[in-house]
Amino acid sequence: MFSFLANPERFSRVTRPLRPWLAGLCALCLLWGLYLAFASPEDYQQGDTVRIMYVHVPSAWMGLLIYALMGVASFFGLIFRHALADAAAKAMAPVGAVFTGLALLTGALWGWPMWGTPWQWDGRMTSELVLFLFYVAYIALHASIEDETRAARMSAILALVGLVNLPIVHYSVLWWNGLHQGNRIETTGAILWPLFVMTAAWHLLFAWLFLVRLDAEILERRYRALRARLNYQ
Amino acid sequence: MTLDLDMGKYAFFVWGSYGATFAALTALVVVSLRAQAARRRRLEALRQAAEDVT
Repeated sequence: MFSFLANPERFSRVTRPLRPWLAGLCALCLLWGLYLAFASPEDYQQGDTVRIMYVHVPSAWMGLLIYALMGVASFFGLIFRHALADAAAKAMAPVGAVFTGLALLTGALWGWPMWGTPWQWDGRMTSELVLFLFYVAYIALHASIEDETRAARMSAILALVGLVNLPIVHYSVLWWNGLHQGNRIETTGAILWPLFVMTAAWHLLFAWLFLVRLDAEILERRYRALRARLNYQ
Repeated sequence: MTLDLDMGKYAFFVWGSYGATFAALTALVVVSLRAQAARRRRLEALRQAAEDVT
């Protein structure tokens, strides 16, 4: 499967029909999730601010998942020299950065009225900020090295180093005391359903965006290869 | 179930969160689609130029 999809042109051809389905399903989930988010009851302690959870928690989960996937792609790129691995990691990085940035921003907007402060240097918030900085560093490093092979190798090493931060983000609420709540969400179905549907929408959005961005990356590499073959300056 | 759009004293925080989320994701979608279209056009133009030369 991996070797079958290693051919960039074949990958684009195989995944092209998937893209409209992913976009359509994402739009449906998003509309359903938004309806559920504003039709669900408010929390008896947090009031209407609980609705921020439906965008904050899925964004934070996506930030972690996408970085883990970037790590896997970087590993395949470094060790097995998979033709699409670097392009895949590069295509994912801005999407992961946006989701992580949104988790930080919506977390601050949720924490402000509930904790009385938008920010505290506790374990969860600080490690989430470190995750965001790893994304930014990956994007900046890849863009700053002109030689494509070297850029891929250096960025892959940085992505693998950043993997160390993922368990820190996850377990930070257990290891250190802070304002952020624990990992378990103890609530009823009326609040779980919008969270579940919005999480599905975020996954579908990521899958669609990833395929679009990877296709753009493949087109860019084909352009550079053709240009080099024609000996253009 | 009926929609509850009155966020009361938390309106700034709730609508601010949803507004920022959808603004950022819409921008990401637009930038990604535009980059894909621009790169496809650039590749086609180069292919056309190569064919014209040969």
